[in-house]
Amino acid sequence: MSATPKIRIRGLKKRFGAKLVLDGVDLDVARGTGMVVIGGSGTGKSVLIKSILGLVTPDEGVIEIDGEDVLRAPKRRARELRAQIGMLFQNGALFDSMKVWENVCFGLLAQKRITRRQARDKAVEILAQVGLDAAVAGLSPSELSGGMQKRVGLARAIASEPAIMFFDEPTTGLDPIMGAVIDELIVDCVKRLGSTSIAITHDMASAQRIGDAAAMLYRGRVSWTGPASELLTSTDPVVDQFTHGRAHGPITMALRK
Amino acid sequence: MNRLLGLIEALGAVVLGLIEFTGELAIFAVSGVLYIFRPPYYPRLIGRAFMEIGYFSLPVVALTALFTGMVLALQSYTGFSRFGAESAIASVVVLSVTRELGPVLAGLMVAGRAGAAMAAELGTMRVTDQIDALSTLSTQPMGYLVAPRLLAATIALPLLVVLADILGVMGGFLVATRKLGFSSGAYLVSTFTNLQAQDVVSGLIKAAVFGFVIALMGCFNGYRSKGGAEGVGTATTSAVVSASILILALDYILTQILFVK
Ligand SMILES: Nc1ncnc2c1ncn2[C@@H]1O[C@H](COP(=O)(O)OP(=O)(O)OP(=O)(O)O)[C@@H](O)[C@H]1O
Ligand SMILES: [Mg+2]
Repeated sequence: MSATPKIRIRGLKKRFGAKLVLDGVDLDVARGTGMVVIGGSGTGKSVLIKSILGLVTPDEGVIEIDGEDVLRAPKRRARELRAQIGMLFQNGALFDSMKVWENVCFGLLAQKRITRRQARDKAVEILAQVGLDAAVAGLSPSELSGGMQKRVGLARAIASEPAIMFFDEPTTGLDPIMGAVIDELIVDCVKRLGSTSIAITHDMASAQRIGDAAAMLYRGRVSWTGPASELLTSTDPVVDQFTHGRAHGPITMALRK
Repeated sequence: MNRLLGLIEALGAVVLGLIEFTGELAIFAVSGVLYIFRPPYYPRLIGRAFMEIGYFSLPVVALTALFTGMVLALQSYTGFSRFGAESAIASVVVLSVTRELGPVLAGLMVAGRAGAAMAAELGTMRVTDQIDALSTLSTQPMGYLVAPRLLAATIALPLLVVLADILGVMGGFLVATRKLGFSSGAYLVSTFTNLQAQDVVSGLIKAAVFGFVIALMGCFNGYRSKGGAEGVGTATTSAVVSASILILALDYILTQILFVK
């Protein structure tokens, strides 16, 4: 049964009021691989991964983790399945009432895998993995730059060495070098832990660095999947327009209608 | 005809909305209470919420109670002296403060301070995804954020009211003895002869209920806020307004239950 995807999504639908955001998403993410999800702003990329995390309740569809449907599993089991997911939020979502080290070790402390006494040293260790200095551990999130916040968010997401990792626009708003550094960190973490990952990005260079496979989300569905390396050479008109940022093409045609 | 239908439809929508809101609030309250008893427990967070609600509200509540006691003495003197019943002042002060004004005024003050702060804090956590982040880090937001605040407020308010009772009586005592020329011994005697344990206890029961309501409305409004800074502002306002109205309404109901036999 090595062919069971780590994450398998079928017919996922979600509507907010009158607005149909996801309209039957199908997606497979193979164990130990990185999936990149691309798509225009507001196409529901964040809603998609929040559905997998259980933060948004979909209207219809199947979400399987390790072959088990989390939407229909008993609550406790669903929580166990989802506990293997680490998440880097689009805006960081760092706890601003806590110091950086408490943020980083929050999950480990909640799972009682370390004591508060050990937490600070552990946090310094994890911060070093994302290239942050020990001095950062004692600061508040509001005292950090955007790039540092992203890295602390990353440190928090990888701290419990999750088997699945989600990255929601990890490089948006960073300078190109910092973006490349974060990508490298992500690849490094995922490789080292052998995790399965889903990353959302608007940045094609980044997509090719961190993804094995890629999926294009368009009009509530996955309109194209393929190897991430083919993103820029794909002949699919939607992907072609999106990845090359062309002003004219099927995506803008649909907007005008 | 059409306008009438439209009106009925709008009214129906309002009623449905109200029922839905009440249902959500009830579910939120029950779930919050259940999490108080369900591990993991967060003593540090309960302690922090207790400081926030109880300790930092001390000055406001103390001043309010003191002035209220003073005003009560003065008002009842000018009122009652016409009927030659100055001695009633002591009991008017002590009964009004312990039964009514202590819990209600402390409740309103704490709703404005701590209830608003809770709504703003949880609201900000909601709109910046921090509440979502909690649940991705093996933590139940209801247990982590809501339960400690509910518990802390339910305990803190009665303690604040004990202080309010003492200071309220003291305010009355000061005005009566220093300004109105009562003898301090006689004033204290009539204060305590008219006071029954039940008066104080019923006030403390009210206080516990008000504390719970303040935390509930603060958490509920914060927890469901949406739409950025503006949403957080709205949540904060609703938390204070709804808690204040509920305090006044519940005060009536509780008085009915506790005193009218
Ligand atoms: N909780 C919610 N309530 C109502 N509408 C929502 C909610 N969450 C998302 N939406 C709507 O769903 C749509 C998709 O949102 P989503 O955040 O998934 O977009 P996205 O693809 O991540 O965009 P971006 O690239 O800008 O982050 C948006 O139109 C948004 O308004
Ligand atoms: Mg998004």
